[in-house]
Amino acid sequence: MSYKLEILNVTKTFNSEEGEIKALEDVNLSVNCCEFLCILGPSGCGKTTLLRLIAGLDYPSSGEIILDGKEVKDPSPDRGMVFQEFSLFPWRTVIKNVTFGLEIQGIDEEEQYRVANEYIELVGLKDFKNCYPYELSGGMKQRVAIARALATEPAILLMDEPFGSVDAQTRNVLQEELLQIWKRTEKTILFVTHSVDEAVYLADRVAVMSARPGRIIECMRINIARPRKRTSVEANVIREKLLTLLSSESLRIG
Amino acid sequence: MNTKYLQFLPLLSFLFLWEILSRTLLNPLIIPPPSVVFKTLAIILIGNHPVYFLPLDFLYSLYHYVTGFGVAILLGIPLGMVIGWFRSADRFSYPLIELIRPIPPIAWIPIAIAILKLTHEAAAFVIFIGSFWPILLNTHFGVKSVERTWIDAALTLGVNSNGTMFRKVIFPASLPAIFTGIRVGSGVSWMCVVAAEMFGVSNYGMGYKLDFARGFSPDVVISYMIAIGIVGFALDRIYRYGEKRYLKWRG
Repeated sequence: MSYKLEILNVTKTFNSEEGEIKALEDVNLSVNCCEFLCILGPSGCGKTTLLRLIAGLDYPSSGEIILDGKEVKDPSPDRGMVFQEFSLFPWRTVIKNVTFGLEIQGIDEEEQYRVANEYIELVGLKDFKNCYPYELSGGMKQRVAIARALATEPAILLMDEPFGSVDAQTRNVLQEELLQIWKRTEKTILFVTHSVDEAVYLADRVAVMSARPGRIIECMRINIARPRKRTSVEANVIREKLLTLLSSESLRIG
Repeated sequence: MNTKYLQFLPLLSFLFLWEILSRTLLNPLIIPPPSVVFKTLAIILIGNHPVYFLPLDFLYSLYHYVTGFGVAILLGIPLGMVIGWFRSADRFSYPLIELIRPIPPIAWIPIAIAILKLTHEAAAFVIFIGSFWPILLNTHFGVKSVERTWIDAALTLGVNSNGTMFRKVIFPASLPAIFTGIRVGSGVSWMCVVAAEMFGVSNYGMGYKLDFARGFSPDVVISYMIAIGIVGFALDRIYRYGEKRYLKWRG
């Protein structure tokens, strides 16, 4: 069986004034089609770096990243990315943010708006499509960012702690909505987070990363039926396991 | 009484005080009272004066301003974007810019006249210098402060050429800073209009007539001063309106 995305022996080193910093060391990861995979790790472990490599925003020092059988070399709309925050273009309205990728592809305007309206509806922002980003709450902005990333119909959706800066209640709602979007669009999602709760609630599988240099130390399948309950006993058991793994890692950088 | 109009009280008091002073302590042949000045202003405005016709001078000054300021915009914005975006362009232009920029625009007048003679172009050149630096540097700053995430987002959404990145991201994102440069630059340029015209680049122009009337008609001098102030104010209002219209996304 072939994978949607394969990360093969990827290493990334940065050159800084203090010399070489190894951000990622020999990372191997395979993601199945339509899978929801969370990358979980302590802060500074290189999980964002890994996501940027997959997006093509940076190059691995060695190793390969293969999407649908082709090596990733540059950024491309076949890998949609949702950033932590402040990624919306503030000079464009909600709908113009969502049409951006389509506009770049030179699709005719009528079609742009048809597709954009569809995704705006999907994320529940129909009444706000002519608003500017400054008029939206943090959670709404991230919804727009999701719609924008989906509008170009990427093969995979990369999400970099997208709900990290919204309040806890909103985050729960957004997680739930994301799962529904995932179900409806059947996308493959790679979701970076440092929150164990978030990973356990969302993921089919959780890839746990070590402290720097980042490696995948464990890939854990979350065998909890959906819809999941955040407070269930089985969720707690998995949380416990992940927390133990992470705390030993956090201590290592201490 | 509506409190909205209270803000004009200091202005009216100023005019009143000026009227009194000029009729008592000051020599009205040097500082004529506002009642005289505004009468003169009305006369030169409607063309009832044998020597001075304000609308014509206004057009000449506007011509100088638009030429110099227009070239400053056409050069300052693209160059500012280039040095803001390409690090090497920034590095190599920095010493040159920092050396030339502190020279006051007025200090360029002799050179401008030596090269271009007493022409409209000489005036326009000085006016150009006045707004070129503010526009260049503000645009440069605007490009520098474009969020990295916007660029990354655009890349992941398929932008794959510098040209598209400039048009779709860098330019609109820098627009607030560019507008600041335009407003600051316009102010300096307008000052330069007066200074450049005083050297007699043409026989018309608000700055030229201001200097021309110096020896004999203080009421005309002050009339032109007021007119120059009002035009400067109006220009600033136009750019403010532009800001409001094109930057409403800033909230």
